[in-house]
Amino acid sequence: MTTTERSPTMLSCPECASPVTLAATPRLSEILECGDCQAELEILAVEPVTVGLAPEVEEDWGE
Amino acid sequence: VSKPRVAVLASRIRTDEKHILAALDRRRICYSHVDSRTLWSFSHGTAATPVTLNRELAHHRAVYAARSLEALGVTVVNSATATEICGDKWRTSLALRAADLPVPATALALTPDAAREALAAVGYPAVIKPLVGSWGRLVTLVPDAQVAETVLEYIAALPGPQAHIVYVQELVAARGRDIRAVVVGGEVLGATYRTSTGWRTNVARGATSQPCPVTPELVKLATAAAAAVAADIAGVDLIEDEQGRLAVLEVNAGVEFSGFQQAMGDRVNVADRIVDHVLSKVEAL
Repeated sequence: MTTTERSPTMLSCPECASPVTLAATPRLSEILECGDCQAELEILAVEPVTVGLAPEVEEDWGE
Repeated sequence: VSKPRVAVLASRIRTDEKHILAALDRRRICYSHVDSRTLWSFSHGTAATPVTLNRELAHHRAVYAARSLEALGVTVVNSATATEICGDKWRTSLALRAADLPVPATALALTPDAAREALAAVGYPAVIKPLVGSWGRLVTLVPDAQVAETVLEYIAALPGPQAHIVYVQELVAARGRDIRAVVVGGEVLGATYRTSTGWRTNVARGATSQPCPVTPELVKLATAAAAAVAADIAGVDLIEDEQGRLAVLEVNAGVEFSGFQQAMGDRVNVADRIVDHVLSKVEAL
């Protein structure tokens, strides 16, 4: 599920529909956290900004 | 339009990557961000970038991307070799041992059955760690042979042959903290104590970081550990025993530095130093 921006700096969380504020210069693949449901979100596109749920952690992820 | 001289390979732009990209932006460096999830071959432009900073957090993607890029003549930081060694705890142990560096007693058992003897030889309490993985995930404290029996039964039931190869290490009695030193280009940028209320001291598990004095012994050990695994950029984890002697726990090739940076404040800018190092590779071409 994805949502696109409803204002230049505000999006809806695709998980809980709460507003999510964007940084001034959002980057592709940037990770955000929804302040309400703590879902990890990923910026999938920047023009316009679209966010989706970030992929689940895989077992070989890390440092 | 100038062609990018640097690529940043990353599927996930976390705080660390944002700092690195911001450091590149501040210097007006022409770079490209490559999302490794989109790569199926390197024929569409990536190889045209002579230097790649590998910030891919998925170990297998990081290794295969680095190997493929290096085959095309790209300088990858860290190198594929460093990423391979650091991503595998036993290969790291072998590299540290080959460099004659102090490490906790460590053994590799090729089956869960063999791990019983390996654990007895290492001594209890011991720790079982997955060969590949990070953030303290599935790292298991084994206090005695009874618990070991159960843990090894679970390991035997795991799918995949690699899961049945058991990495065993002594638990160093360590004051509830370990030390993270960040090394870039052979220089120690600083060190932090990582303290946790639990027995695992990964920042990803909520451990907190405070500055740690950088002693000559620490510098020597951290730089030697990074060199042993061929890592230009490294997060070296050290442990202090009750007598204050240092040993190397592991070396991380894809160093996560948010906690370190927060603890170090203005004393060092890790992202800037990483960018400095990457640009030195471009200039050396």
